[in-house]
Amino acid sequence: MVNSLSVYQQAVMLMAALITLTSFLMLGQSRLLRLVGVFAVQGLLLSASTALVAYSMALPHLYISAALSLVIKGLLIPAMLFRLIMRMNLHREMDTVEHPARVIIGGASLVVFSYYVCLPIVKLSTLITLNTISVSLAVVLLGMLLMITRRHAVAQVVGFMSIENGLFFAAVVSTLGMPMVVELGIAFDVLVAAVIFGVFFFQIRSSIDSLDVDRLSQLSEVEE
Amino acid sequence: MAWLMAIGQPLLFILIAPLLTGWIKFVKCRLQNRKAPSLLQPYRDLRKLWVKETILPETASWIFSAAPVIVFAAILLAAAIVPLVAVNLPTARIADVFVMVGFFALARTFLVLAGMDIGTAFGGMGASREMTISSMAEPAMLMVVFTLAMSAQTTNLSLAMQYVLDSGLVLRPSFVFALAALMLVAIAETGRIPIDNPATHLELTMIHEAMILEYSGRSLALMEWASQIKLMLYGVLIANMFFPWHIATDFSLEALAEGLLAIVLKLAALSVLLAFSETLLAKMRIFRVQEFLSFAYLLSVLGMLSHIILEVYYG
Repeated sequence: MVNSLSVYQQAVMLMAALITLTSFLMLGQSRLLRLVGVFAVQGLLLSASTALVAYSMALPHLYISAALSLVIKGLLIPAMLFRLIMRMNLHREMDTVEHPARVIIGGASLVVFSYYVCLPIVKLSTLITLNTISVSLAVVLLGMLLMITRRHAVAQVVGFMSIENGLFFAAVVSTLGMPMVVELGIAFDVLVAAVIFGVFFFQIRSSIDSLDVDRLSQLSEVEE
Repeated sequence: MAWLMAIGQPLLFILIAPLLTGWIKFVKCRLQNRKAPSLLQPYRDLRKLWVKETILPETASWIFSAAPVIVFAAILLAAAIVPLVAVNLPTARIADVFVMVGFFALARTFLVLAGMDIGTAFGGMGASREMTISSMAEPAMLMVVFTLAMSAQTTNLSLAMQYVLDSGLVLRPSFVFALAALMLVAIAETGRIPIDNPATHLELTMIHEAMILEYSGRSLALMEWASQIKLMLYGVLIANMFFPWHIATDFSLEALAEGLLAIVLKLAALSVLLAFSETLLAKMRIFRVQEFLSFAYLLSVLGMLSHIILEVYYG
């Protein structure tokens, strides 16, 4: 039971649960600015839980990944998305979720599914924080769900970034961090991806005059 | 001694509930830079209503005059189940948390029937809204109960509190979610801002007030008193379920005094929180209430899932 864990491990569990909650909040959030805000909170929680794992397992190299995710996922990428939204005058735009209740129920069943999938792995290992691996898989799947259910390009990018958050969390809690080279590489990849997405936003908008990517599937400008 | 406590505790609920309402109003007034009425004002209001003549509408049937008594009695019975200053009550051993939810449902049924009985438009409107909200709040409430029951392995409130008390300070993700969900449900069920505004009689937005609009005198006093007790009941449930520290575990005088002091302080702190949220938030449109309550339901489901995923498999 949870009582037998140390306080730090309990706190890691709590962080894992809160990260799932932020994923759900993103699923239901229709205002773009708030969506980016929730994404920033997820980045901060991720960094905090990495620092907690680093402290409780006495792994100093994880402090570097905690600092990296704090700067890049908690501050830099949200700030870039925020600036983009302000510059393109999107801050009043709503990306309404169609059938929010169905999306949320779908999300909850994805959590159950990822638990079911990860159960054999959890039983094989002796690492006690490994239960969180199903949570991180759930965060990945919820990010994909966010990308599927939204039509707005910015929301889809946020979904993509939160998939990366889930993978990073899985790496931290199940294998106690990737090699530093890989971690640095991924961090800068994500940063570069954010820049490129920014360029793409402008491209998409100048060609179809909107960021609603559903309109990309129409072949002609003429309405039928 | 135990049975004396079991009878004394609901009496304490009756006595303290108006004071709690007065305290919430006091904090709210101070937060909004207004001059606050005296803390004893709710008692004076109740006394004033008590001595006034009761006027029955012409169209009222027996349900209308019986409803206040039934509502008050049902809420009082629910209060007898919830440990206030001491656990291990004999009443708590007879009935568990489902019985409490059942008493709430009984009270609500008669409140709604009384609202519709006189046949005015407001009564029917308030009744339909009350039923809509409760049909969405009750599943969330029950999921919270299930989450707690899975951790404590009992649905008995007294035993569950004892379990939380014995296990000391443990950070359980499921309890954090359950706490948040229960707070949202409590706001919806007791008709506070942002769901309903207990302070106004603004025609189109009221829910609880619409149903008791035709009541006067002693009946109105009973209805208001019942809703004050219900508010306190939810506060005690939140405080003692999630933070049961210093509640009395035996019936010695010192332990009881400590328990009483602890619950009074906890309730005072909780009401400050409520007053803050009521000052910061505006009342919601009625059609957005389902979003609010489905969020509460989501929180309770996540609480249950995180209990299964994160807390169980440690052998």
